[in-house]
Amino acid sequence: MEITITINGSDHASDVEPRTLLVDHIRRTVGLTGTHVGCDTTSCGACTVLMDGKPVKACTVLAAQADGTEVTTVEGLKTADGLHPIQSAFTDDHGLQCGFCTPGMMLVGASLIAENADPSDDEVRWAISGNLCRCTGYINIVKAIQTAAARVAESSNGS
Amino acid sequence: MAAPTTPAEIGGIGHSVQRKEDARLIEGQGNFLDDIDLPDTLHMAILRSPLAHARINGIDSSAATAIDGVLAVVTGDLMDQHGLAWMPTLSGDTQAVLATDKVRYQGQEVAAVIATDPYIATDALEHIVVDYEELPPITTPQQSLEEGAALIRDEKEGQTDNLAYTWETGDQGATEEAFAQADRVVTLETHYPRSHPAPLETCGIVADVNSVTGQATIYMTSQAPHAHRTLFAMVAGLPEQNIRIVSPDIGGGFGNKVPIYPGYVVATAASLLIGQPVKWVESRTENLISTGFARDYYMKGELAVTDEGRILGLRVDMLSDQGAFYSDAQPTQFRAGLFHVVTGSYDFPAAHINCKGAFTNKAPGGVAYRCSFRITEASYLIERLVQTAAYEVGIDPAEMRLKNFIQPEQFPYETATGFVYDSGDYPTALRTAMNEVGYEDLRREQAEARAEGRLIGIGIAHFTEAVGAGPSRTYDIAGLKMIDSAELRVHPTGKAILKLGVKTQGQGHETTFAQIVAEVLGIPANDIKVEHGDTDHTPYGLGTYASRSTPVGGAATAVVARKLAEKSKKIAAHLLEAADEDIELASGVFSVAGSPDRSVTIQDVALAAYTNLPEGMEYGLEDVTYYDPPNLTYPYGSYIVVVEVDPDTGVWEVQRMVALDDCGVRINPMIVEGQICGGLTEGFAMSAMQWITFDDDGNCIGANFMDYLVPTAWETPRFELLATEVPSPHHPIGAKGVGESATVGSPAAFVNAVIDAVAHLGVRNIDMPVLPDRVWAAIDAAV
Ligand code: FES
Ligand code: FES
Repeated sequence: MEITITINGSDHASDVEPRTLLVDHIRRTVGLTGTHVGCDTTSCGACTVLMDGKPVKACTVLAAQADGTEVTTVEGLKTADGLHPIQSAFTDDHGLQCGFCTPGMMLVGASLIAENADPSDDEVRWAISGNLCRCTGYINIVKAIQTAAARVAESSNGS
Repeated sequence: MAAPTTPAEIGGIGHSVQRKEDARLIEGQGNFLDDIDLPDTLHMAILRSPLAHARINGIDSSAATAIDGVLAVVTGDLMDQHGLAWMPTLSGDTQAVLATDKVRYQGQEVAAVIATDPYIATDALEHIVVDYEELPPITTPQQSLEEGAALIRDEKEGQTDNLAYTWETGDQGATEEAFAQADRVVTLETHYPRSHPAPLETCGIVADVNSVTGQATIYMTSQAPHAHRTLFAMVAGLPEQNIRIVSPDIGGGFGNKVPIYPGYVVATAASLLIGQPVKWVESRTENLISTGFARDYYMKGELAVTDEGRILGLRVDMLSDQGAFYSDAQPTQFRAGLFHVVTGSYDFPAAHINCKGAFTNKAPGGVAYRCSFRITEASYLIERLVQTAAYEVGIDPAEMRLKNFIQPEQFPYETATGFVYDSGDYPTALRTAMNEVGYEDLRREQAEARAEGRLIGIGIAHFTEAVGAGPSRTYDIAGLKMIDSAELRVHPTGKAILKLGVKTQGQGHETTFAQIVAEVLGIPANDIKVEHGDTDHTPYGLGTYASRSTPVGGAATAVVARKLAEKSKKIAAHLLEAADEDIELASGVFSVAGSPDRSVTIQDVALAAYTNLPEGMEYGLEDVTYYDPPNLTYPYGSYIVVVEVDPDTGVWEVQRMVALDDCGVRINPMIVEGQICGGLTEGFAMSAMQWITFDDDGNCIGANFMDYLVPTAWETPRFELLATEVPSPHHPIGAKGVGESATVGSPAAFVNAVIDAVAHLGVRNIDMPVLPDRVWAAIDAAV
């Protein structure tokens, strides 16, 4: 079937099998491999992308269901102005080790701080509780998301 | 902590330098196995046995082969024609690649479909018809060793029972004498349950064998690419110069990516036969049910103690559940890994350890999950046992430990089982952690809470690890000595490239190993590129597991950098017209002793190495070192956990977790702390929720992330980290390794805390995972 998805600002029209998962479509057809697969039960969040601004697990969405939506993947976080604050905060606070969970974690974090300018430790932990990390113990991921929130708040106060 | 000796812009040892690997990973530009997309790649899916034990009477793959897009269905018979139906394991056993005679566990590889598309390959699996004749499954090692139990390994010549191995170490006579002198014998029987490393990225391979040139380029989630190249050459008979293993970015390993799995062998054979690249990436379920389980030790420990709480001796009986094949990744000499480090942090003269392993109808594996070959099980047993002894003798568990610790002046200390601990100050570590947590106050609060009917528990674990395998006289895997290497080239502009035999899976080697060179030569860490994982482009080594990267690969890096420093000093002397022995090097500046204004930089020296040399010197500034460590290193730590247990439900919550680690010199404190937080989380996971279990039919319960519970951010406790720093005396930079410490040490602290909350009721053991219903049942049985 014919679908068109706007991925990171560009339109991608393709003919897909109805059963194609969004994550496979993004990785294999569109060729953006920053979105990962870590499970087969919607449990790990490695496949998280933003669909119309909301985090979804792309392993549990059909490409067909994403027809006509705007999808942001990790590759779309950076803009002409440079890295998204969530990206620099993950580096600064050592929020990643192997980096496999990181795209999903950053996208959930970015969507959280877009809605909540000053999330508490518990609010961040709850927001990322659908995303597994096997390396970090989460502590620095939580810190990085809070750092990013603070930096965004600071720059919007300043401007 | 010692202050760094280099300025921040050089970023030597002790600086929390930001990680170089992050830049690609935060932009989604990592290159993980499944991201590799070669032209004409075919996709493989594996048909696995639904039964735990069954005879195969026939396989009909004709319907599957007929499907559009399917190129081949590979069965055991086809593999057998090429001598590849069976393969050797890392413990000297053999393992079926694709089953020919029987299936011996649920999830065992039976056939593989090679297709143009992964969806088609998976579809085709349903069209393969296997005629199974069910056999009774054996799901525990105790059943397995019973008289008359069905023989699981009936194909194995000379095998008449289900015993996989026996192994004994220590001094039985001396231990019996110690027990004869004891006032009491304290016993603990406990099971360290089967677990799985479950890195977030599963295992996978892209095998690209060129049938014309014979070149085999194998992209593989490998923690040990060089060892794998050699083993591929030995097993498949491919010429080693034609094998290139590339281990790309790895999404966590934790021991899961050390062994060679059947899927790798089948994909490589298929690529060879078809002449196109073949990709296989495990699903999560495949990962959890078939590759790389860990632990599964049934342990009985006995301590001989005096009424004053002095330990005189230790006796251990251990029975391991090996699954269908004995495939532990471990040094050849040791049949139960380094389990004999079970004497822990304590000074007593006698120990005797008796181990045996049994085959069962469960997945094989026995990998060292974030662990140096079974020391996790050992550390857990001794720390639980010492705590039990404290209750029995009637002294505080902290005092029990302080009374029996190896003292700082006793190092190097030879244990009753022959390890020579390099350095440490255990009493300071424990006392520091106790002060931080407010131990005395907590004991008071605990008593007060108890009077109100609330259950507070304080659990201690003081672990000593044995990591960094290892000295070549003792340590090899499948005959390959456990040395490691580093090759360092300094280019004319003073920038460098460092090539390693070890391989990161998230530990940050690209950053920390550059820092070691920065420390020695004064080249800024950011000017040093670190390469690893590609066997065509890096020197030989046994890889990254058992916390061996820093102890062995890190040592090789320091030594090779020192070799270049020596040559550099001669070049500097030439440039400065001074005597070689008068040249001093600090933070990248070579100066003449006594006249510090006469100096050149490492960058000047690098250029001169290619342009302006002293008479008779060879051009260039590069070298390679193969490091054979003189001993293991022995990191240690004191962990204290405080929990509150709900007496009505058995639910327990962690209130505090104080973790003091001493891993010797810390190269990058930020990365070290990151490793510790990750490790503590996995320790918590094993104590609280994470296990692989089976029903009586041998069905794996825990085959996906809905049944195999790994902690999310919500359940994970907050940790308070502390450090002491007693350097390793034999390691070139005094470092000991830290990647696994917290996973090794912390499970006992969590479990001891829960037990401590209910010890006054007489509870001495609850097996991991300490699930609320188990706690509730233990309380219920006690009152
Ligand atoms: S891959 Fe989508 S949740 Fe795990
Ligand atoms: S950084 Fe490895 S899974 Fe999160």
